[in-house]
Amino acid sequence: MKLPLSWLSEFVALPKSITVEKIVEAFVKVGFEVEGVENPAANIKGPLVIGRVDSIEELTGHKKPIRYVGLDCGEKKIRYVICGATNFEIGDLVVVALPGAILPGNFAISARETYGKTSNGMICSSRELGLGDDHNGIIVIDDEKVNVGSEALGVLGANDPIIDIAVNPDRGYAMSVRGAARELAMSLGVAFKDVNGRALVASLEKKKKRGKVTPVLISDKSGADRIFLRSLTNVNPLSATPRWMARRLTQSGMRPISVAVDITNYVMLEIGQPLHAFDAAKIAGTLRVQRAGKFKEIVTLDNQKRKLSQDDLLIADDKKPLALAGTMGGLDSEVTEFTVSIALEAAHFDSMSVARNSRRHILSSEASRRFERGVDPALAEIASARAALLLIEHAGAQYIGTASKTSPTKKRTASISSAAVSALIGTSYSDKEVQQALTKIGCGMRKNGKNWIVTIPSWRGDLNDLPDFAEEVARFYGYDRIPSILPSVKLPKTGRTGLTHLQQRKRSMAQLLAHRGLVEVHNYPFVSDAQMQLFGFTGDRAKTFTIANPMSDEYPHLRTHLTPGLLSAAARNLARGEKSVALFETGAVFRNTEKLSSPGEISTAQRPTHAQIKKIYESVPRQALHIGGVIAGEFVGSGWWGKGRSVEWIDALDLVSELISSTGNTFTVHNVELAPWHPGRCAEFRVNDKPVAHAGEIHPRISSALSLPERTVAFALILDGIGFTESVKAVPVNTMPAAIQDISLFVDQSVTAAEVEAALVAGAGELLESIQLFDRFQKPGEGQVSLAFSLVFRASDRTLTSDEVSALRESAGNSAVKACKAVIRS
Amino acid sequence: MSLNNAEVEEIKAAALAAIASANSLDQLREVKITFVGDRSPIARANQGLGQLPVEERAAMGKVIGTARANINQAFDDREKALIVERDSKVLIEERVDVTLPADRNPRGALHPLTILSNEISDLFIGMGYTVQEGPEMESSWLNFDALNIPADHPARTMQDTFFIEPLSSGLVMRTHTSPVQIRTMLENEPPIYVICPGRTYRADELDATHTPVFNQVEGLVIDKGITMAHLKGTLDHFAAKIFGPDVTTRIRPSFFPFTEPSAEVDFFYNGRWVEWGGCGMVNRKVLQACGIDTDIYSGFAFGMGLERTLMVRHGITDMHDIVEGDVRFSRQFGTGAR
Repeated sequence: MKLPLSWLSEFVALPKSITVEKIVEAFVKVGFEVEGVENPAANIKGPLVIGRVDSIEELTGHKKPIRYVGLDCGEKKIRYVICGATNFEIGDLVVVALPGAILPGNFAISARETYGKTSNGMICSSRELGLGDDHNGIIVIDDEKVNVGSEALGVLGANDPIIDIAVNPDRGYAMSVRGAARELAMSLGVAFKDVNGRALVASLEKKKKRGKVTPVLISDKSGADRIFLRSLTNVNPLSATPRWMARRLTQSGMRPISVAVDITNYVMLEIGQPLHAFDAAKIAGTLRVQRAGKFKEIVTLDNQKRKLSQDDLLIADDKKPLALAGTMGGLDSEVTEFTVSIALEAAHFDSMSVARNSRRHILSSEASRRFERGVDPALAEIASARAALLLIEHAGAQYIGTASKTSPTKKRTASISSAAVSALIGTSYSDKEVQQALTKIGCGMRKNGKNWIVTIPSWRGDLNDLPDFAEEVARFYGYDRIPSILPSVKLPKTGRTGLTHLQQRKRSMAQLLAHRGLVEVHNYPFVSDAQMQLFGFTGDRAKTFTIANPMSDEYPHLRTHLTPGLLSAAARNLARGEKSVALFETGAVFRNTEKLSSPGEISTAQRPTHAQIKKIYESVPRQALHIGGVIAGEFVGSGWWGKGRSVEWIDALDLVSELISSTGNTFTVHNVELAPWHPGRCAEFRVNDKPVAHAGEIHPRISSALSLPERTVAFALILDGIGFTESVKAVPVNTMPAAIQDISLFVDQSVTAAEVEAALVAGAGELLESIQLFDRFQKPGEGQVSLAFSLVFRASDRTLTSDEVSALRESAGNSAVKACKAVIRS
Repeated sequence: MSLNNAEVEEIKAAALAAIASANSLDQLREVKITFVGDRSPIARANQGLGQLPVEERAAMGKVIGTARANINQAFDDREKALIVERDSKVLIEERVDVTLPADRNPRGALHPLTILSNEISDLFIGMGYTVQEGPEMESSWLNFDALNIPADHPARTMQDTFFIEPLSSGLVMRTHTSPVQIRTMLENEPPIYVICPGRTYRADELDATHTPVFNQVEGLVIDKGITMAHLKGTLDHFAAKIFGPDVTTRIRPSFFPFTEPSAEVDFFYNGRWVEWGGCGMVNRKVLQACGIDTDIYSGFAFGMGLERTLMVRHGITDMHDIVEGDVRFSRQFGTGAR
């Protein structure tokens, strides 16, 4: 909210010497962030003085009227300047920029030859001075007491910094110059000069004339608890808005429109009560607050035809909707240049109803922002009186009376103790201090035993229980008074400390991949239809969740797999000049596989029941944590040492094997056909027969579409899908000599190495310590594969004899012959 | 063949001279064959002992044995010297240029956000906190309602939320990690000292300082007698560990629906105040929604953005560097540089 300092100072007794910096600091101290300070006059340098028009010579023969103007600027001689404006006469006081002055936009004024004359300066408009958007020509000062030659910025009151503060949603009462001024006064410890509401109302009533008053009704009591409708007539809607008012509106970021609208806006900015001026002639019968009900549409002031929802809160008359209550007026009933009578409405609308109006119609206005945050119910009467008086003064209006509906406001009270305030904040506040702070913000304070009975001011709907008051006290004395104390941490009842097993695993797997040369990325989890199609996911991987309001319509889905993001990131790195790239990511994937059921309305007034908590938890789909990677190009680099090595499918399997082994689990590996991998080069890793990871070569169709090198590999592992092993039971290290036996076999190419190995292991018996495939070859065009294994036998209690070992080798071989139709070569 | 003393001495002298003049191991090997081998004069002299009269054998044997030992000793010494000489020379010749690039294997790295998140977790674990995590797609009851943000509250417009289709599912992408706090309070009894790092979502366009997907770390403490002074102490400690012991923090009044009193925490860094995050005493309505007795317990909560923390600490000026996954960015941090 933009606050001109001159306006603020009408409500705060600011010390003369105070700087803008001190004011900014004071706002921040009590919780109002200052988003900026602007001072257009700060961009004006050099001599800018008041001059009296002494002579006017009209220069003819030019495309536009040009005047050669003689000016008395309090100098010895009359100064002559060229001027293109015509809205002034001899004797008028104007603002003159003398040579040497610099106007906003770095516009330097100097004496110059133009239109055959010498122009020794410039007569200025508001726009040229950066003080407003007034197009009506140059500024004419209407104050006869001003001396010629005096410094003009001072006369114009232009040196007026505007402080832009952010008002938090709970502090609606500060959304006005007056409200903000109260906070500033409190923060600076100076007096606050409030509006005298009673005097305003009395002064208006004194001016009352006879006439027909527009009646008013609240048809829906849930929508408003009070409304004042002041009837005025004989309005001259074409009266000029006073310059000072137009200027303050401009300073506050609003556009002057017409005198009636400007006055309602001015009073809203000043006091905080949104007002609306209706053309009384357009109101059929009674003006009322009601729900839209049967009314289907309204055209609002912004010329938008809006379909009404039954629950919209409206101002209507006997026949038609007139305005979206508290949000925006209707086009048909607005004040126009033909308006004679005005019905000036000020109401206290229900904040929730206005919030819903605003949200349904995607229409946030100055009025709705205030109502949503809460407006002081006491203001409707006062603000409407102030606005009516301004209409009388500046638009020639006559006041003819007021219709109103009010319900009594209950005085709200709370009981708090200074001790409780101190206990929550962690520093001691005396009774006297608590009393002083709360009195300053407008509370009534009465002592009752050890407690304070606090009467809450009408504008502080946000004050309810102890913490609210504690915040006010702490704010008043400054948060810097609160000491800094580290709590002594207590262990949870579960006794748990440190990272969980899963958290440790997440860290160690990431470390492992980083140490193996992969760089971690954090990709956005958004995917496009095109990506889903390209990757060709099937089954659960094809079931996406969709975001209703995505950042980009192209990427509305959530990822079901890490590979789309990883491959895109790899492609981006290669496009930026990396020759090879190895990336990994840890993150959640989202698969739309469960039936979704909202938990419904659940109160927050107390802890939900066990069944409700279960419902809430079950309404959230399981989101598995994956870790995956992509490697494209070389995995061992080329360099001065010679050629490197391109990544191969086996590298992806190697990484996954290492990741799973690091958990202490064992696994089996199976050939599967699964997108997005090459159908013949995808390994599925199973732990306890459950698939937990896939690794292999990316389908060439996908690599090529993403401009990735051929044979790019990828892997993905369900990080939280692998169980945690029981604590490892260590086997003692056997130091007896090992007996190594090699065995070579032929098998049909349809038999996997894993099957052969399993058969050998089964036949080799318990003395087999380890087995390793050390050679594999297949002659091109032959259906047989040769596999060579090395078997290590060891007994724990003796050296094995060669006869024993030979027998074991034979037994292993026979097992493979039997199970895999293997032929033993040697 | 038989010899006399003088002849043996002569043989010995010749052998020693040859050994001494051998300048390489190869030459020495030849000298060995000539003077020590089976056919060398000294070997033959030894073989000739049998032809000597018995009474002379012992004395002559001793002479030859001594000479042989002397020759062998000289040989060993010379061999050792030549090996040392050879080694030092060859190793020098085998010198390589160790400034040659040695990056045959690719260089991996952790994302600096991961490093920072781990660092923060470790800091709080060291103080006795535990780390809590939760789902990124979250129930709006946990993300909003339980945090005192009812459906039409203006606070819900403070953050642009990603909603999941169908809207009736009540699912949103969490806008903060605070639902993890709610889950923690629903699942545990006080005392609660937890830190909640994680990914969060808000519909902000990606630009130099904003990203729709970002990371937060929140802290929650619920215990008897917890005050705002404890909050301040914790934040001061946190800031000092992350930004260095000289950092100054301040808290100033603010508003969040889930805390009362509420505050913003700033820190003074490189000559200016930087907004770090929000904090406050947990709103009683939030405690009530989680079934925590507000007559017995109070608590504080705080939350800050990891991206902002990282940007300030490391002088990162463009959010794109953090989100785009360019390896050149992450490699600067290795697997744990700070």
